[in-house]
Amino acid sequence: MSKVYIIGAGIHPFGRTDERSGRDQGVFAVREALKDANLEWDDIQFASGGSIAAGNADVMINDLGLTSLPFINVFNGCATGGSALSTAQNAVASGQCDIAMAVGFDKHPRGAFNADPKAFGLPAWYGQTGMMLTTQFFALKLQRYMQLHGISRETLGRVAEKSFRNGELANHAWRRTPMDLDTILNSPMINHPLSKFMFCAPAEGGVALILASEKKVRELGADAVGIASVAIRSRPPGSFEVFAPSMDVEDGGKPTILASKAAFEMAGIGPEDIDVAQLQDTESGAEIMHMAENGFCKDGDQEQWLAEGRTEINGVLPVNTDGGCIACGEPIGATGLRQVYENVTQLRGRGEARQVSGKVKTAYSHVYGAPGLSGVAILEI
Amino acid sequence: MTQNLQPIASGLWSDEAQPHLLAGQSADGKIFFPIPDGDSGKNLDVIKLSRSGILWSFTRQDFKPKPPYDGPEDFIPFLIGYIELPGQIIVESHIIDTTLEELTIGMAMEFVITPFDDKRSIYAFRPEQSL
Repeated sequence: MSKVYIIGAGIHPFGRTDERSGRDQGVFAVREALKDANLEWDDIQFASGGSIAAGNADVMINDLGLTSLPFINVFNGCATGGSALSTAQNAVASGQCDIAMAVGFDKHPRGAFNADPKAFGLPAWYGQTGMMLTTQFFALKLQRYMQLHGISRETLGRVAEKSFRNGELANHAWRRTPMDLDTILNSPMINHPLSKFMFCAPAEGGVALILASEKKVRELGADAVGIASVAIRSRPPGSFEVFAPSMDVEDGGKPTILASKAAFEMAGIGPEDIDVAQLQDTESGAEIMHMAENGFCKDGDQEQWLAEGRTEINGVLPVNTDGGCIACGEPIGATGLRQVYENVTQLRGRGEARQVSGKVKTAYSHVYGAPGLSGVAILEI
Repeated sequence: MTQNLQPIASGLWSDEAQPHLLAGQSADGKIFFPIPDGDSGKNLDVIKLSRSGILWSFTRQDFKPKPPYDGPEDFIPFLIGYIELPGQIIVESHIIDTTLEELTIGMAMEFVITPFDDKRSIYAFRPEQSL
């Protein structure tokens, strides 16, 4: 498999854009990415993409142009963006084409997600009794983690505080007003120990990335970022996942640990080599737990890491430099690619006020979602 | 108290004075709860789950969920958690007769049937009551 590069990245601002459909936000992102790569839609030879709640991606060709390109629709939960990226990467790596596009977009109604039990192979009573909520899963996983590993609520607050601070510096972020620790800690409780401002909210947005072969990168003289690895893993037996009426007594591992390990192995580097990381932060506890699951620190070390500001933009390992899901909101189909967009921005040194100082050579992104799957992408220059 | 109520779903727990949750067990000993519908539920032996366990984790549902939640119109926050039934499985459950502040991971819990609304009953766990 030959190496694949990202040569264009475009984003539609996250948050709420009432006058524009989710798919139109995707089209907007595609046009931004084309502009960034200095290409025309006709140049794209392959596309893959999707959304969870905003329709099929391939309908975009009505707006972008009927060029007869193959367009694979992806419908893969929170890994939709990651799967689109992986599909586009494979199309280029296999030699099927020289220029491919991955796109993700979404538009969700306000308020917590309400999933249909049937779509997840679960009985109706599980939803009726009020136990099938994503927010509960994160609270339940976190409650146990905090007790086992000595994480305080204040540390949860510090994560959200950092998210809003970073969000202020990112043009594409939704929540761009810093918030103090007390306000976060004292905001209305959603699912103990998580209060309102520790959670991301369902939102809207679109992201598109343009991928190219090495040959094309040279030909175009593109400002390219290399894809070192992309790994997507579904859950192993005995892992605790969202929407689980029961689980095994024996802990069998986690999809994030598997995806992370596979991505590091493929890239031939380790967590200590990463310069900046975007980690799934559905709520602030998820960022804490995912720091350890992705191998960046030991369980429990997060308490000290956050107190010392090690994950700040100027810290040893900046995490969620655009404010992550907490500041950008969660359009499920777009989040995975937003993280990659942010990493491309950092690697190219175009982060402006939020640019990580020093030479950024490696960047890591991680998404997690129902019903227990994770996607990791490592980029490098 | 729950005698005139209809279970929220049939086959979830046994119909006896001291009811048990019902699970499926495969030939190699793996336990499934709830018993799966369709092909994956075939060839499983129906077993009774333990009426006592320990608290694995917990939280409180502080906002009224959207449908398919079908609880009482006047929403009252409720406790949920996971209960480890040693040697069997960890099950998600409503938790009753206690408060968030009183719950600690590792505490002993016991199985009960409790009203869900004025027509239906659900299963739950509560801190073990001293005899």
